[in-house]
Amino acid sequence: MTALTHGPDALRPDRSFQGLILTLQRFWAEKGCVILQPYDMEVGAGTFHPATTLRALGPRPWNAAYVQPSRRPKDGRYGENPNRFQHYYQFQVILKPSPPNLQELYLESLYAIGIDPAVHDLRFVEDDWESPTLGAWGLGWECWCDGMEVSQFTYFQQVAGQECAPVAGELTYGLERLAMYLQGVDNGFELNFNGLEGDAKVTYGDVFRQAEEEYSRHNFEYANTEKLFRNFAEAEAECRALLAAGERGEGERHRQVLPAYDQCIKASHAFNLLDARGVISVTERQSYILRVRELAKACGAAWVKTEAGGAA
Amino acid sequence: MPDLLFELFSEEIPARMQKQASEDLKRLVTNALVEAGVTYEGAQAYATPRRLALHVVGLPARQPDTREERKGPRVGSPEGAIQGFLKSAGLASLAEAKIETDPKKGEFYVAVIEKPGRPTLDLLAEILPATIRAFPWPKSMRWGAASTSSASLRWVRPLRAILATFGAETEEPEIVPFEVDGLAAGNITYGHRFLAPAEIRVKRFEDYAAKLEAAKVVLDPARRKEIIRQDARNLAFAQGLEVVEDEGLLEEVAGLVEWPVVLMGRFEDAFLDVPGEVIRATIRANQKCFVLRGPDGRLANRFLLVSNIEARDGGATIIAGNERVIRARLSDAKFFWETDKKVWREDREFARLERFRNVTFHEKLGSQCDRIERIRALAKELCAVTGADPKKVNDAVTICKLDLQTEVVGEFPEVQGLMGRIYAGQIGLDPSVAAACEEHYKPVGPGDSVPKDPVSVTVALADKLDTLVGFWAIDEKPTGSKDPYALRRAALGVIRLVVENEVGLPILPIVTFAIFQPLAINLSKEFGTINAFEHLSAALRDSAIDAKARHELYVQILGPSSQKVVDEISSATDQKSADLLSFFHDRLKVMLRDQGARHDLVDAVLGNGEANDDLLLVVQRVNALGRFLETEDGKSLLAGFKRAANILRAEEKKDGEGAFEAAAEPAFCREPSEKALLEALSKAGEAAGIALGKADFEAAMRAMAALRGPVDAFFEAVLVNAEDPAIRRNRLALLATLRRVTRQVADFSRIAG
Repeated sequence: MTALTHGPDALRPDRSFQGLILTLQRFWAEKGCVILQPYDMEVGAGTFHPATTLRALGPRPWNAAYVQPSRRPKDGRYGENPNRFQHYYQFQVILKPSPPNLQELYLESLYAIGIDPAVHDLRFVEDDWESPTLGAWGLGWECWCDGMEVSQFTYFQQVAGQECAPVAGELTYGLERLAMYLQGVDNGFELNFNGLEGDAKVTYGDVFRQAEEEYSRHNFEYANTEKLFRNFAEAEAECRALLAAGERGEGERHRQVLPAYDQCIKASHAFNLLDARGVISVTERQSYILRVRELAKACGAAWVKTEAGGAA
Repeated sequence: MPDLLFELFSEEIPARMQKQASEDLKRLVTNALVEAGVTYEGAQAYATPRRLALHVVGLPARQPDTREERKGPRVGSPEGAIQGFLKSAGLASLAEAKIETDPKKGEFYVAVIEKPGRPTLDLLAEILPATIRAFPWPKSMRWGAASTSSASLRWVRPLRAILATFGAETEEPEIVPFEVDGLAAGNITYGHRFLAPAEIRVKRFEDYAAKLEAAKVVLDPARRKEIIRQDARNLAFAQGLEVVEDEGLLEEVAGLVEWPVVLMGRFEDAFLDVPGEVIRATIRANQKCFVLRGPDGRLANRFLLVSNIEARDGGATIIAGNERVIRARLSDAKFFWETDKKVWREDREFARLERFRNVTFHEKLGSQCDRIERIRALAKELCAVTGADPKKVNDAVTICKLDLQTEVVGEFPEVQGLMGRIYAGQIGLDPSVAAACEEHYKPVGPGDSVPKDPVSVTVALADKLDTLVGFWAIDEKPTGSKDPYALRRAALGVIRLVVENEVGLPILPIVTFAIFQPLAINLSKEFGTINAFEHLSAALRDSAIDAKARHELYVQILGPSSQKVVDEISSATDQKSADLLSFFHDRLKVMLRDQGARHDLVDAVLGNGEANDDLLLVVQRVNALGRFLETEDGKSLLAGFKRAANILRAEEKKDGEGAFEAAAEPAFCREPSEKALLEALSKAGEAAGIALGKADFEAAMRAMAALRGPVDAFFEAVLVNAEDPAIRRNRLALLATLRRVTRQVADFSRIAG
C-alpha cells in the first residue's frame, strides 16, 4: 500500500466518518475513559456491550467509551433509504458515578467535533429511556442540535433489573446522523469515510451499501426461521445453565456471568431477526421480550456477585 | 416586611412538568408557612427549563408568639398525677403553675405555656429543605456519587444549586441557612447556559429577575409565551402569512427555552402535495415547530422554529439545520403518503383486512378482525333505526379501521381516522363512506362535535356499543378513577349520538344480543363441531333479536345437553345487560346535570317503572317534564301529588304497603269532587297512556295538567281520613290511583320541592 498523501484535514471530524470517531475517542480518552473496542457479537445498541450493561452495576467506578456496530434487522431498507440502515454505529460513553459536570463534558465533546454553541441551537429535550429487553430504565434527554437529535443522554436508574448504586451516566452518539450533519450531506451513503477526495475517496456507501442490500434480504426473506427459533431456545437454555453452573452459593462469588450474558445477547438478536421476518405475532412478541428480560435480570443478579460487580 | 426568594437550579426540567412543579413549589412552601402561623401578602412561582423559582412577599420577621393555658389536676392530687402534669406542660415545679378555682371542682393547677415565635428565617431553614425532599415530581431520579446510597436526594434531573435569601427591602438579605444532600443554600444562580453562563450573585427578587434578564433568561413562562406568540405573528405577517396557532405547542416550546428567538425556515413546494394535517403533524411532533398558512387558507412552505440562543450568525446555521431535518422528515412523510396511496389504489378488494387477524384488540375479545365483524353485525342491525343505507354502512365498516395499517398513521397516530377519510376519498369511494372513517370515532369528548351523516352515526354507534358490550361481557368495567378503555367516554358518545340525531334506539335488546353473541360463540366451541360453530355464527348474524327464539335455536344447534349452560349464559347476559343499561343511565344523568338539567327530574323519569332503554325518549321526557313543572298546572299538580303521597305514606304505615291499590269505587264517592277526580283520573290515565305510546310527551303532560283542577278541588272539599272506614279506604284508593297515573310519566315523589 502506498502512503496516502493527504494533510491532517482528512481526519477532521467534519471531513470523514473515521475522523469523527477518532476525535470522539481522543476526547474521551483525554477525560480519563478506557477506550474499548466494539463487542464481538451482534447487538441492537451500544448499551448491550457488557461494558455498559454489566459494568453499570455495582459500586466500582467505571469510565469507558467505545464504538459499537449495532444491528436492527427491522430497520433494513435494502440500501434504498438514505437515513435508515439495519447496521449502523453508535458511539457510547459510560461514566460511573455520573460526574457533576456531565452535561458540560458532553457539550465540550460536541465542540470538539465542530459544533459551536455560539451558532448552533443545542437543547436537552425530555426523553426517558427504557429497554424492555434489558430490564433497564433511566431519565434523561435526547440532545438536539438545530432540531436534530444527535445523542441520547441518560442517567441509568436500573439496569438488568438491578438498582444502579451509584448511578451511571450514559451518552450515545448516533454517528451516521452526526457525520451527515457535520459533512453537510443528506444521504448517509454519500458520507466521506476516509476524508480523501477524488479517486482515493471512500464513501460510507462504498463500504456498506452492498451489506445493507444483502442483509435486508437476509433479515426479511432468507433468514432461517426454524433455526432462529431453535437458536433462541438454545441460547436461553444455555444462559440459564451457565448461570446455574457458575453459582457457588451464599457469600461466594459467581463464576460464569460474562459467558451467560453472551447467550442473552444471542437470544435477543435471534428474537430481533424473527421479528423482522414477521413470524412473531403481537401477543407472542411481548412474551419473547419478557424471556430476554428474564435472562438479562438473571445475569445482572449474578454480576453483582462477581469481583467487577463489587462483591467482597 | 421581608421577602423570600427561593430558586432551585437544575439540569433541564421536562417542559410538560414545569407548570405543575412551579404550582407545587408555591403551594408546599406557603402551606407550610401558614401551618406555622406565618401569613404572607403574596406569592408567585416561576419556571424555566433549568429552574423553579418562588417569590413570597410580605412575610413577618418572626412567627407570632403563642400562649396556651393547660388545665391540670386538682390541688392535692396524688404525686403521680402532679408529676405527669408537670412533665407534659414542660414545667420544672408547681411553683411555675397557677392555681385557679372552679365552684364545682375546687382548686386546680393551670400551666401557662408561652411560646415565643421563632424567627421566620429559622422556620424557612426547616420548611425549604423539607419541601425539596418531599417534592411531588411525577418521575424523579438519583445521580452522582451520592446515589450509592438509596437514601440520596431525588429530583427530576440533577439539582445543581439552591438559592434562598430572606430579608427586607432596606437591608442586606440573609441566606436561609440549610443544606440538602451536601448542597448548601446560597445567593448564587447562573444565567443562560450558552449566552451568559457565569455566576450571578443575587439579593432579592427584584435584582434576581433583572440580573437574569440581563443574563438572557426570561424567568416568567407567561412572558416567554407572549414573546414567542408576538414574534411568530410578526414574522408571519411580514411574509403575508398567518401562524397556525397551537396553544399546546406554544406551552411546550416556552418550556424548552430560556431566551426565545423565533426564526423562519422554508421547505420545498413539492411537499405541499402531502395533506396539510400530515405536514403539520410531522413538523409539530418531531420538530416542535409551527406551520403557517397563506391568505387562501392553504398551508405555506414555511415553518417557525423557536431557538434558545441569539446566534452569532443571526441564526443562519440554525435555520439551515432545521430545514435539513424538516426536509428529511417531510421526505419520509411524503414517502409514507405515496406508499399508502399506492396500497389503497391497488388493493381495491381490501384483502389486507386479513392482516387484522394478527392484531389483537384485547386478549379476551379477539382480534381487530373479529371486532370489525362484530361492528358489522351490530351496524347492520342499527340501520333500521338510523335510516342509513345498509350497503354504505357495510362498506364503511370494511374500511373504517383500515388506516391503522397505513404508514402515515403508524408514524402519526393523531391523524388516525382523518387519513382513512383522505385515502378513501382518493380512490373515489362514496363521500359518506369515506367520512365515516373519521367520524365513527366521534364524539371523542364532551367538547367534540357529533356526526350527522346516517352512515357515520350508524358506524359510530356500532363501534362504541361493541366496545362497551365487549368489556362488559368480560367484566372490565370502569372503577373509580380507573377507566383504561375510556368506556365512560364511549357511553357518553352513544348518548350524544342518539340524542343529537334523534335516533330512537331501544338499546337493551341490541346490548343483550351483543353480549350474548360472544358468550354463545365460546359455548359453541366447547360443545359443537366447527360446523355447529359456523351455523351458529350465521344464525346469530341473521336471527332477529328475540331472546326466546334465539335461545331455542342454540339448544337446537348445540344439542339438548347444552340446555343448562345456555340457560346460565342467558341469565348472565340479562344481568350484564341490565348493569350496562344502568351505566348508561348514570352517564346520562352526568351529562344532563352538566347541561344544567335538574337531576331530580332525571331520577323521576327513570323511576317510571319502565326499562328506559331508549335514551332519546328519556331525554325528551325529562325536557317535557321540566317544561311542565314550570307551568302553574305543573307546580300545583306537584303540590297536590306531594300531599297525596304524604297522606298515603302515613296511612300505609297503619294499613300496610299496597293497602289502597284496589280500584276506587264510584259507589263510595260521597262528594261530587270525589267523583270528578275519579273520572279525571280515568281519562288522564288513558290519555297519557295513548300519548306515551306515541312518545308524545307534551300530550302526556297536558293529560297530567288536566288533573290539577280535580285534585285541588278534592283536597278543598274532603277530609281524606273520614270516619267511615269504607269512605276513607276509597279516598285513599283515589290518591293511590293518582300516584299510579302520574307515575306513567314520572315518579313525582323523586322531584324536589
